[in-house]
Amino acid sequence: MASLRPPNLQLNEHGRLRHFLTIDGLGRELLTQILDTAESFAALPGRPVKKVPLLRGRIITNLFFENSTRTRTTFELAAKLLSADVINFNIGTSATSKGETLLDTLRNIEAMHSDMFVVRHGQSGAAHFIAEHAAPRVSVINAGDGRHAHPTQAMLDMFTIRKHKGDFTPLRVAIVGDVLHSRVARSQILALNTLGVTEVRVVGPRTLLPSEARVLGVHVFHDLEDGVRDVDVVIMLRLQNERMDGALLPNEHEYFRLYGLTDERLEAAKPDAIVMHPGPINRGIEMDSAVADGPRSVILQQVSYGIAVRMAVMSMAMQSQADLHSDGGDAP
Amino acid sequence: MTDSTPFMGHDAILDLIAGMADVLRRHLDARGLADPAIIGIHTGGAWVADALNHRLGLDQPTGLLDISFYRDDFTQIGVNPQVRPSKIDFDIDGRNIVLVDDVLQTGRTIRAAMNEIFDFGRPQSITLVTLIERSGRELPIQPDVIGLSPPLTDGDHIKLDGPDPLRLEIFHGPRAGR
Repeated sequence: MASLRPPNLQLNEHGRLRHFLTIDGLGRELLTQILDTAESFAALPGRPVKKVPLLRGRIITNLFFENSTRTRTTFELAAKLLSADVINFNIGTSATSKGETLLDTLRNIEAMHSDMFVVRHGQSGAAHFIAEHAAPRVSVINAGDGRHAHPTQAMLDMFTIRKHKGDFTPLRVAIVGDVLHSRVARSQILALNTLGVTEVRVVGPRTLLPSEARVLGVHVFHDLEDGVRDVDVVIMLRLQNERMDGALLPNEHEYFRLYGLTDERLEAAKPDAIVMHPGPINRGIEMDSAVADGPRSVILQQVSYGIAVRMAVMSMAMQSQADLHSDGGDAP
Repeated sequence: MTDSTPFMGHDAILDLIAGMADVLRRHLDARGLADPAIIGIHTGGAWVADALNHRLGLDQPTGLLDISFYRDDFTQIGVNPQVRPSKIDFDIDGRNIVLVDDVLQTGRTIRAAMNEIFDFGRPQSITLVTLIERSGRELPIQPDVIGLSPPLTDGDHIKLDGPDPLRLEIFHGPRAGR
């Protein structure tokens, strides 16, 4: 049995989602299934009781080795709306700083009977590592690892795009900013191409675009107005301040002058183009407040949809445990 | 492979529902349950609910429950990606609810449906109506109004297809799906 490992760590032998670590290797059908499942959860906030008892009695542990109040909170809320119990570990401030290894931490939390780990880590590949070493009854969700992937953010962006645009096929999407250091951008590009959009563009200064951009299946632009011309969706990335120190950028004012999104520049995009941002926004650096708060901004919807998408991923991954049960031969 | 036998066609089913509507009306009147609101369980129950609603001449649209998130066998069957959001556009609080399903067997679906209804509010009463009532109860749940109770063996199961045309079929052998 031990030798029969599925070819893709993320899928179980029935092809169902067991861990959610990266968009890479997941087909269009599975991504669409995530979006469809999220659709049914998105209707819940309109009800008097917003919770459903789907994961009652399950324990979900947020393992955050890197601080992120916002992402952790939406995962926590998603788990609670599914009636799971949630434990939050901010490891950055606890065990590992006392010398405990990642595996020791993992074993300790497994011993607390957790059914699912939601992992955020500064190192690329950390969520994979944990998934490889986790017990069979545990699912792992990647909430961002290093520069590698942030698949739930990408899927909530896809959900937002589908809500506004319906079909992915005819769409042109521009991703603007620090693509090089962005796990969000990497996951978005994979998801957009898997879902079959017409064109993905990356827009930014040479120092912030990956050299393998063309390999990723994107078109590269260094001029913002050219980059957003006739696009249906503009995704702005957060500019991390530490990039300034690394001399990859001149300064904030210079960046805004060249790559800040303003209403004027947005004129080049399609009239019904939507503007997205994973948050938190640096107003006056990545975009003008007039754009962030304007009629084409869907930034706050992204936050709400993020909860439904995370509920979908969590419940689907928990389903792989249903397969474990039925493989045991005690199905009804 | 399971084989199936047609059991009842569209017109016969509508006649059956018309009879159920009369019984339901008398049942509600006898108990003084005024201003009823009908809720159907996705999918078959919703079709029966719509037909009943029309027959009773209620001007309010029926509510729709998809109980997938409330099932007690999630760990065995997982979540169905085709789950549709439940839709109840009226206030449940203090209402006399008529809960409609196509087939009542174990009673687990009804338990899940009642749990979900209470997440929308606190009804004054719930009356249970089912097109087909059959053996196999696992919970103490009994319907108030029944269309038919066909004699079925444990290996058989009965399924409503629809909505146009409505069709009842009996399948023999192990239960598929679910």
